[in-house]
Amino acid sequence: MARAVTPRRKLINTGFAWAIGLLIFFPILWTILTSFKTEAQAIASPPIFLNFDWTLENYGVVMERSNYARFLWNSIIIAGGSTILGLIIAVPAAWSMAFVPSRRTKDILLWMLSTKMLPAVGVLYPIYLLFIQMGLLDSRAGLVIVMMLINLPIIIWMLYTYFREIPVEILEAARMDGATLREEVLYILTPMAIPGIASTMLLNFILAWNEAFWTLNLTAVDAAPLTAFIASYSSPEGLFFAKLSAASTMAIAPILILGWFSQKQLVRGLTFGAVK
Amino acid sequence: MSLKSILRAATALSLTTAGSAFAEGHGATITIATVNNGDMIRMQGYTDQFTEQTGIAVEWVTLEENVLRQRVTTDITTNGGQFDIMTIGMYETPIWGANDWLVPLDDLSAEYDVDDILPAMRNGLSHDGTLYAAPFYGESSMVMYRTDLMDAAGLEMPTDPTWQFIREAAAAMDDPANDINGICLRGKAGWGEGGAFITVTGNSFGARWFDEDWNAQFDQPEWAEALNFYVNLMNDYGPEGYATNGFNENLSLFNQGKCGMWIDATVAASFVTGDDSTVADSVGFALAPNNEGVEKRANWLWAWALAIPAGTQQEAEAKQFIEWATSKDYIALVAANEGWANVPPGARTSLYETPEYQEVPFAQMTLDSINAADPNNPTVDPVPYVGIQFVAIPEFAGMATEVSQEFSAAYAGQQTVEEALEKAQAIATEVMEAAGYQ
Repeated sequence: MARAVTPRRKLINTGFAWAIGLLIFFPILWTILTSFKTEAQAIASPPIFLNFDWTLENYGVVMERSNYARFLWNSIIIAGGSTILGLIIAVPAAWSMAFVPSRRTKDILLWMLSTKMLPAVGVLYPIYLLFIQMGLLDSRAGLVIVMMLINLPIIIWMLYTYFREIPVEILEAARMDGATLREEVLYILTPMAIPGIASTMLLNFILAWNEAFWTLNLTAVDAAPLTAFIASYSSPEGLFFAKLSAASTMAIAPILILGWFSQKQLVRGLTFGAVK
Repeated sequence: MSLKSILRAATALSLTTAGSAFAEGHGATITIATVNNGDMIRMQGYTDQFTEQTGIAVEWVTLEENVLRQRVTTDITTNGGQFDIMTIGMYETPIWGANDWLVPLDDLSAEYDVDDILPAMRNGLSHDGTLYAAPFYGESSMVMYRTDLMDAAGLEMPTDPTWQFIREAAAAMDDPANDINGICLRGKAGWGEGGAFITVTGNSFGARWFDEDWNAQFDQPEWAEALNFYVNLMNDYGPEGYATNGFNENLSLFNQGKCGMWIDATVAASFVTGDDSTVADSVGFALAPNNEGVEKRANWLWAWALAIPAGTQQEAEAKQFIEWATSKDYIALVAANEGWANVPPGARTSLYETPEYQEVPFAQMTLDSINAADPNNPTVDPVPYVGIQFVAIPEFAGMATEVSQEFSAAYAGQQTVEEALEKAQAIATEVMEAAGYQ
């Protein structure tokens, strides 16, 4: 029997949830506020919260100095391309592991995850040399492939977990009705796993969007995404925090908006199968 | 839209994005990797004039200093060919020049007047007498102090103060009730941050990283004296949490009037006397200090310089750009548009002979500080290395970062000075043995 929730308790819980939410969001809020300050106000001590003369000057400077549209387009292509490519590989892989497991399936899953345990810098030189040989340096194609490979273990793991929640009997019924393997995956499995696939896509899009090590090290001009855009405003000798905040706000705005509109789908996907 | 169509569209998009990149190419364009410092950003603003004059387009890749260093190092060691010009410093230039990774700048035009480059800068950016990078701007370090607070304390800053006087002045200006710290200094871990500062402080106490046989020297009394002096000075008169303060944090404190003194890069002079400073009208300058009885001062020598990686396809165009960006004409261009205080300092002798520039308050002290630095003889006793705030060997960056982390832990009170020095000695000894110096 469910425990009754008193109005007072509900109020406390809601207040607590809001407090945690605001705490997590505060750094982003502070970045956004700082982007509207002058450089002097940005470093003022004690810090100024809202009582300052709001200015759009930093955004003007950033837009004048940098080709924002190019960075944004590269981020969309790299994050979107790697997510789609990853899904094309991961859906059949997860299907086979979830519905026709072999003796080694568990080992393969663990082995895939182990590739995430090596610090990225450990393989920088081999990857860099491969990219030189293949002419992939500073190319969106190269970044799409690398981002896909980095996130593939996570995509497969997530999809595997979602697929395991789908009763195998439904797939067997489809087979008895004469469905081919391709039809089974396309018309039976995928529609049932849409919430899981959608949340996997979103999470991987966000991970690829925010990835900074490879995108900074393998790009220069043509393929540089928004992470490189932000890095160009960080200075060791000079106080440019307001401009850096403006650049950061412009870099996270698209992904924040995407996350906001898809939060329902994301939460549903992440909690899919949590309660049986 | 059916699922099948979605999948087809997705596959097509993914293959198109992958394929489109192969079609990307370069025209008559040079690509320059640089840092986001004020003078560099200013230069980017004038690039159109270079393009108009020469027809050569310029693409900039601006990165944070540490990222830039990692990025250009990876590229040059693998012959990646991503950049036609790299912004590098005095640490990298002689090492990379010795490895033939850079194009020698030994055929610059007569109008460029290579002999006009300040001797200290030219030496620091050369290997075996060959120039491998042209200085865009150079810096040393010096004392910046509040003239109003010094007056109120009844003290007068000598042009060549000792550490003992600095401590006395810090005590006199320290005013916790009004949120004023007697002195602000770097303590942040990192070889180019707190590591650089404590190394030059060590020099001014007669300490050195290695003896002539590459034996680590952190177990010598000079290091103990230097580090104890620094920690006591900062604990008594420095800001809270100084162990994590670097250039920018101290600049912020000084500009808000919260430091009586700040010893740091000479390029900071234009910031502390600029529009964003609340104390711009009351800043004085002096040479970096020395310990009483020690001839060497705690001033470093650094230059941000432009170099051409060997193997670039656009060597001639890159040289043209370097000649333009580091020329006398470029300095005149910036002076005409933004005033003499904003020209890139510390690179050319002729700049310091210009009457208008001599009127800039920090000009002479910057030149004196640069001239007082000798990378070949950084400290009292002889050393086997070149470099003042660094040791110009490939192993230094990693080793010095580790050592500075131990020092920062001592600043934060997590260990004693003696423990930090013991660990520094062990780190340096291990690295040098592993690298085969001993």
